[in-house]
Amino acid sequence: MAAKVVTITSGKGGVGKTTVTANLGTALASLNQKVVCIDADIGLRNLDVVMGLENRIVYDIVDVIEGRCRLRQAMIRDKRLPDLYLIPAAQKRDKTAVTPSDMIRVCNELRSEYDWIVVDSPAGIERGFRNAIAPADLVYVITNPEVSAVRDADRIIGLVEAEEKGPARLVINRLNYEMVRRGDMLSTEDIVELLAIEVIGIVPEDDRVVVSTNRGVPISLDEKSLAGEAFRNIARRTLGETVPFIELDNQGGFFSRLGRLLRSGGGE
Amino acid sequence: MTDFLDRLLGKNRKSANQAKERLALVLIHDRTNMTSSALEALKDELIEVISRHIDIDPTAVNIEMNQDGRQQRLIADIPIRGPKRRGR
Repeated sequence: MAAKVVTITSGKGGVGKTTVTANLGTALASLNQKVVCIDADIGLRNLDVVMGLENRIVYDIVDVIEGRCRLRQAMIRDKRLPDLYLIPAAQKRDKTAVTPSDMIRVCNELRSEYDWIVVDSPAGIERGFRNAIAPADLVYVITNPEVSAVRDADRIIGLVEAEEKGPARLVINRLNYEMVRRGDMLSTEDIVELLAIEVIGIVPEDDRVVVSTNRGVPISLDEKSLAGEAFRNIARRTLGETVPFIELDNQGGFFSRLGRLLRSGGGE
Repeated sequence: MTDFLDRLLGKNRKSANQAKERLALVLIHDRTNMTSSALEALKDELIEVISRHIDIDPTAVNIEMNQDGRQQRLIADIPIRGPKRRGR
């Protein structure tokens, strides 16, 4: 086994990096992969709450790096999936507590025993971003369909290339198909044309994501949610499967929803 | 003001199209680190250098930055007036 490191980054804050990290990790583990998620946002720890593991933290990644504990001791096993782990960020330190070579060392120590290491990058283009992409084999850039997020995504895609970690792949998060249909939101096609980058996922806007985050249960575990399905599709594409994107017209409409409910009610 | 003009001219443009057009320009500037005034200066210098060798029509010169995948391309369209004519 030789784990691959996927780094989730964005440039702009608040576009859903942590949500994507938690859901990609969870979805990969649901597909029988051995997964470690690492929160690289030192000082602004959040992956723990999104995964619902905040009460189990004893040690964090800075404790590992500074030798206060062994790597194993900082790894928190997920409540639901036995092959999913979290290494939390330190909350009372800052980005300078970790170097790019620290990140490479930690990931290399994990590679032989796991399939995937998913790294949640902090926002920005400084030290924290460099730490997060240093160990990366794959980089997923997250954006929302709005001008500021797309602009920052372009900057990050360029930086990923400059660091020879490219080509990055794109996740468009919180796409509102109804607004796209009205011509009031950038479409997937618009964004792909502007950024000239391969898309690995399109996640529809879905109120249930907020609900699932409130509960600390990643939405990719929700079989009925479209956003959950989109996250599961990202995991399958990451494993090399060809999975078609969710189509515009089978999203949201009453009959398609009804169809989905009936299908899931029938037990697949 | 442009919104008002657009409406006056019946161009009720979708906001997504506006977003796309604005982004296309911003990204070119971000990627090349070049403002539109810098591009104008480049154009003037280009005209000056080329005019030393060939007779061109400076008013018809068109220089623009195009996107080709993730690469930027500087496209210069410079109409030539033909060999230098001496008098009439």
